[in-house]
Amino acid sequence: MKSVDSDFSPSSLSGLAGNFPPRVLLRASGLTVRFGGLLALDAVDFEVREGEIVGLIGPNGAGKTTFFNCLTGLVMPDEGEVRYKGQLLVLRPYKVAEAGLARTFQNIRLFPNMTPLENVLVGRHCHTKEGVWSALWRGKRFREAEASARMAAAEFLDFVGLVPDEDLSAHSLSYGDQRRLEIARALACEPGVLLLDEPTAGMNPRETQAMLELVQQIRDRGVAVVVIEHDMRFIFSLCDRIVVLDSGCKLSEGTSVEVRKDPRVIEAYLGISPE
Amino acid sequence: MTPVPPSASHLTSRHKTNWSEMWRSVLRLSGRWRFVLGIAGALFVWTAAFSPWASFAFGYPGKMTLSGFPGGARVYLLPLLLLVSLLFFTLPVGATAGVRAALGLLFIAGYNFIAISWEGDGVDAVAWGAWIALLGSLLLLWAFASFLWEEADGRSLSGQTAGHTAVKLPDPIWQMLLVFGGVPALLICFVYALDVEESSRFVSLICCLGAGSAALSSLGFFNWTSELLARQRTFAVILLLIAALVFPFTQDGNGYWLRVLISVGVFASAAIGLNIVVGLTGLLDLGYIAFFGIGAYVSALLSDADFTTVHVRVPFLLVLLIGATVAGLVGIFVGAPTLRLRGDYLAIVTLGFGEIFRITMNNWNGLTRGPNGIAGISDLEIPSLFGSTPLNFGDAHEVFGVSLPNFANYYFLCIFLFIGMAILFSRLGNSRIGRAWMAIREDEIAASSMGVNPVRFKLLSFALGASMAGAAGTVSAHVTQQVSPDSFTFMESILLLAAVVLGGMGTIPGALLGAGVFYLLPEKLRAFQDVRMLMFGAALIIMMRYRPEGLIPNRRRKAEFREEKSRFSAGFLKGTGELDLMQQNPVQEGGT
Repeated sequence: MKSVDSDFSPSSLSGLAGNFPPRVLLRASGLTVRFGGLLALDAVDFEVREGEIVGLIGPNGAGKTTFFNCLTGLVMPDEGEVRYKGQLLVLRPYKVAEAGLARTFQNIRLFPNMTPLENVLVGRHCHTKEGVWSALWRGKRFREAEASARMAAAEFLDFVGLVPDEDLSAHSLSYGDQRRLEIARALACEPGVLLLDEPTAGMNPRETQAMLELVQQIRDRGVAVVVIEHDMRFIFSLCDRIVVLDSGCKLSEGTSVEVRKDPRVIEAYLGISPE
Repeated sequence: MTPVPPSASHLTSRHKTNWSEMWRSVLRLSGRWRFVLGIAGALFVWTAAFSPWASFAFGYPGKMTLSGFPGGARVYLLPLLLLVSLLFFTLPVGATAGVRAALGLLFIAGYNFIAISWEGDGVDAVAWGAWIALLGSLLLLWAFASFLWEEADGRSLSGQTAGHTAVKLPDPIWQMLLVFGGVPALLICFVYALDVEESSRFVSLICCLGAGSAALSSLGFFNWTSELLARQRTFAVILLLIAALVFPFTQDGNGYWLRVLISVGVFASAAIGLNIVVGLTGLLDLGYIAFFGIGAYVSALLSDADFTTVHVRVPFLLVLLIGATVAGLVGIFVGAPTLRLRGDYLAIVTLGFGEIFRITMNNWNGLTRGPNGIAGISDLEIPSLFGSTPLNFGDAHEVFGVSLPNFANYYFLCIFLFIGMAILFSRLGNSRIGRAWMAIREDEIAASSMGVNPVRFKLLSFALGASMAGAAGTVSAHVTQQVSPDSFTFMESILLLAAVVLGGMGTIPGALLGAGVFYLLPEKLRAFQDVRMLMFGAALIIMMRYRPEGLIPNRRRKAEFREEKSRFSAGFLKGTGELDLMQQNPVQEGGT
């Protein structure tokens, strides 16, 4: 059931400087998720274009993480579809990852008893093909593939500012480093779109600033980023475009200035003004 | 003895219960008394080693009635005593080690005390030597324990930090020499331990070895040796292999221990397969012995046994492959629907499958001859490397002027089987596939989000584990020369699982050691046959309390258990509560 979506139209909402028309990388349309009687997502439309950093904000319980889970196949949507580069995505976690969507988790989900390097190597899974026989035979091809995977993994570790240490397991890293490692692991999948779920939760201002720079560097590598965050300063200074969710509905969408002025957003966060 | 005001200790060790506080304050010793009591204890134990322990002249082994020489179990006091005496000079660092060694002495004395009074119908049968041994070891325990209490209260001395300091090793040439000397010493110890026949002596030996290793372990000795072995791994493995190959030559043509070691080898090979499933992939398989049984039945049916229903004879190497394949296919058949489920369901289904297999074999008279089983499986014949006549495993051989019983053939076969399994395990574990397995074990959701197809890799692991068990089973059928359904009970699955857990999950030496404990020790402890399962249960409970990572843990797994405590407190400090949510499924992850 794969069909090609030919809509690569430019959009006025793009925050990117320059005149080229950015291509739509990821398009979710009409995503609806129900948990029993609870409507967690209500026909949400969402787009990510090449080279964009999109912020996804909303009050607690708005459905942001559910939306991520839905995009990455951890929760099956009741209605709607997700297309990546025009191709309909099969919503299974590993298929989504193969297609080019990688994510981090709100509650860090590293492989705690593997080394940082091994964690990132698991991220290389889609880009290596060695099977049982190859692993048993240990021929030249296997050794080369293994060596290049290790090299790539070490580069991703280096990119986020970590050093590989063979005697260390991931859970003994500091909290900030665990977040960075999770990002390195996701980047090792070489995604087109990276989904970050609250990357600065529990970080101090200095670490938050470093995270901001890291996300910008990721964008500079040509990876589009979608980021869920509660730190508004972080979101407003980072994102080209912001999408606001509330109670499963898309409330507003636009640049940081537009979203900040939107009365519906103010209402969702602060309540209705008495006037 | 000077009682210490309780206030100081209350501040530092609040988690201790009050009665232990009370005992401590009663039993606390001052500096001089500790040495006096310690030296007195050592002298008592020394005297006891040369004094009569039993007052009756019959039954109890080791000439325990004689004085003047350390016969029987008494001799095992001496190594521990030597260790204790050396530990006096390392105080206060060696206090923990001292307590452990003293406990070993107490166990030896206590076990023999009870055993002698049991055999001799009452405490009257116990001679003064045993009393002195008890007294001496208690004094030693007291002396070392009071050092330990001081340490716990004062927090100024650090005896237990040996494990965390960096390990210093000598020059590579010395490392190799140490390994070169260590491996033969190990072989000699092993052969010696097998020769210890009476259970009283053997239990004492076990106490001596156990307490000795526990004491050395608290001094960081095993960190040091594991580092040494890690550096000289290839060399050590080759030497161990040579030692294993030399072993049959030490047996004077007697096949008894070879036979026992064959079953250890077969089960260790199967345990490695289980280690892939349980240790690497984290799936709980409670019916694993069924796959082993499939291999055994395939082998029995295809070797034209005396009481077979299928009259064909297939070359053994082919049988090995067929057995492994059939077991693997059945593994896929069982696993494919089940592995989509989470966690405990697999355990239940495999438990059921194990029983289904056994009951089917018990009732399928047309093929398996039901409860009678298939007996009279012929000895193996494989094409010989030298000459045209095939090598029959039933023949005894004369090699280098030493006669080897026919079991030596199977023994060597088992070594090759084990090596094959070990290579399979380490090569697969150390590859993309192994990493995918570990990722699934660690966090299935994260793994699948990184592109690992969990069902496919779990199925691969399950099928590979099954076929490894099948391969081990084909060999086992020829060794035991008969297969019947009652060899494949649920208890056997549990024993294999226990062997993997006890030895250390995810390691090859762990699987071997675990299999050794569960299939070799019972042969040595025949006196306790009736309470065998009770003892295994107790041993596992003690293990889970004091060494949950297993006897020979994976390096990082060890760290995991050691750091768990600090990890939890760190999680609370962070205040993110992520630890609470870690194991939940994504639907409940919190829909912010």
